[in-house]
Amino acid sequence: MRRPRLPQLRGLRIRLVLAFTLVAAVTAGTTGALTFREARTGVLQQSQDAVIQQLRTQVGRSAPDLAFPPDEDALARFAADVARSEPSGTWRVLAAYGRLSATSAPGDRFTELTPAVREAVGSSMATVFQRVAVGDRTALVVGMSVTFAQVPVKGVYASGVHVFLTVPQTTERAYVDALVTAAERAAVPALTLAVLLALLAARGVLRPVRALRHATRSIAEGRLDTRLAVDGSDELADLSHTFNETAAALEKSVAELRGMEARARRFAADVSHELRTPLAAMSAVTDVLDEEAARLDPDTATAVRLISEETVKLARLVDDLMEISRFDAGAAVLHLDEIDLAESLRRTLGTRAWTGLVECDLPPPGALRGRVDPRRLDVVVANLVGNALRHGARPVTLRLYDGTEPGGARLAVIEVLDSGTGIPDDVLPHVFERFYKSDAARTRTEGSGLGLAITAENVRVHGGTVRAANRPGGGAVFTVRLPLPAAEVLQEEPW
Amino acid sequence: MPRVLLIEDDRAVREGVALALRRQGHEVAPVATGEDGLERVRSFRPDVVVLDLMLPGMSGLDVCSRIRGLDQTLPIVMATARGDDEDIVVGLEAGADDYVVKPVQARVLEARIRAVLRRAGGAPATGGIPKIDTYGDLSVDRAGLAVARGGVPVPLAPSELRLLLTLSAAPGQVFSRQQLLEAVWEHSYHGDARLVDACVRRLRAKLGEPTREPRHIQTVRGFGYRFAAR
Repeated sequence: MRRPRLPQLRGLRIRLVLAFTLVAAVTAGTTGALTFREARTGVLQQSQDAVIQQLRTQVGRSAPDLAFPPDEDALARFAADVARSEPSGTWRVLAAYGRLSATSAPGDRFTELTPAVREAVGSSMATVFQRVAVGDRTALVVGMSVTFAQVPVKGVYASGVHVFLTVPQTTERAYVDALVTAAERAAVPALTLAVLLALLAARGVLRPVRALRHATRSIAEGRLDTRLAVDGSDELADLSHTFNETAAALEKSVAELRGMEARARRFAADVSHELRTPLAAMSAVTDVLDEEAARLDPDTATAVRLISEETVKLARLVDDLMEISRFDAGAAVLHLDEIDLAESLRRTLGTRAWTGLVECDLPPPGALRGRVDPRRLDVVVANLVGNALRHGARPVTLRLYDGTEPGGARLAVIEVLDSGTGIPDDVLPHVFERFYKSDAARTRTEGSGLGLAITAENVRVHGGTVRAANRPGGGAVFTVRLPLPAAEVLQEEPW
Repeated sequence: MPRVLLIEDDRAVREGVALALRRQGHEVAPVATGEDGLERVRSFRPDVVVLDLMLPGMSGLDVCSRIRGLDQTLPIVMATARGDDEDIVVGLEAGADDYVVKPVQARVLEARIRAVLRRAGGAPATGGIPKIDTYGDLSVDRAGLAVARGGVPVPLAPSELRLLLTLSAAPGQVFSRQQLLEAVWEHSYHGDARLVDACVRRLRAKLGEPTREPRHIQTVRGFGYRFAAR
């Protein structure tokens, strides 16, 4: 039985891989995001600290040259002076005094400067900065007041001059971008590693699971001595341990049952065996009893005949029991010989004087030869025909033809049909059981009650099958299918 | 009156069989052990031995071999339990002519004894043509029931002799085991074909047939045996 492909996707392996990947992705993402944030903050902080420091130094250097109160030209010169201090030329500076203002580059509208920054610088002497995004670029805007170095008149430090600086943050941006790229690059190997680890872990879990599955199947197939190797002390090891205990318990129970059954069968065999010797003595003299019965008084004659008849039946019953015991013990041996099957069937009828009672539908001589045990085939046919003659009604038909199995192998089919009332449905499954009596009232028949059981065993040792069924038109049909092995497997004859 | 030596350890069986055989007109010498049996072979000079295979002391198989050592031609009928297959095969190899399965009715045993005795003394199935046939160095005296190889007499047990006579009566013709069972042993068609195989082996050995390619008694695989007159 093959399971469809799809449920495999929901298997343990795929689930483990998914879980591991998810965990790895979340971990990588979180770590990356946190690292990125911290690194970005640090980079920006550092760069803006440097800018502010540089600006403060430059303003401190240039401010003394600024005439006070400044005019617009002076402010422009001052702004340009401050801007020049950065060699890369990326600084743009705006100097303001009251309503006057000037930029380092003439005509610069200084759009990055927000009123909030301007307000903050105006109201306090602290240095104010803000990161402003313009389009897809960011810029750092720094604002500070210029103060007097010495305590001036009226005790006021503030000069009223404000300096604003705009620095584009392209370098920092590149730096941050590199961080993101690095995080991404780290994530791919991490995820790959996670998948590999997941597969490894899955293997670690799946191997014991697979072993367990194999072991379970092995038990189901009857190998009760199957055990799992337990290593480690995890849940799977516990499970393996439990499995082993269960298997051991099962093996023990089955062994006990088999032991009991074997003892029961051996008992039957032993009893039959023990009965055989007294029966041998009794059987030897039944003919004497039969001959003398005619000369005895009627009562004694009846008693003597009874003993004689029942001795013969008892001998047959013991013989059948011995035969069944040999099947049970696996001691039944096939003595194969290649014979004409139709001839064998005809002889079976002939030796029992049934030739006139049974209609035959047999192939011509030589048409159907097979390698069988002739004695066992005789037993099979005699039991089936005898059964049909006793329990069915005439006409009884014996049919033989060659057929083919579904696999193409040749087989011989023997059918015994009678015209009686058939076999009741509740009896049909039991007809081949030992001592099964279909009719409670008919507790004793001519047979030992083992005939059909022996028939079934004899067919089985040939590798064939026997089936009982009712015909649509009434009457029972017993069908024996015997495989006919190809000629190549013939046993090598000594000499 | 045929003389039957009955070797059977169980008293009841021995008495029962002896009684039944005597009533059939046989002179019976019943003994309980193989040792006694061997002694009686010499003193009683039986026409046939009925031998139980399950004996205390010396086993039935040993007794069978010893009797063959004393007399190559004395017919032996084994009494066995069915299923003692090994014993049957070994017994046949040891030279037994036939066997019956216990418990056996007296008339069945009697019929087997008569059949064996017919093989030993009576005319073969082919009618006993009064002449000596020679096949190579093998000569078969159909009337005198004697066989010689290279001029040296070959003592044959009754089954072996009857088998050789039956096969050689129609050289080249293939006999199935079942045919031989009926013709030589007077068994039914469904009898034990191992009787035939074992007897063929014994006959080939006594005739000194080459192991690989028997000259006269040839196997026709899947069918049976035939006699080659060369």
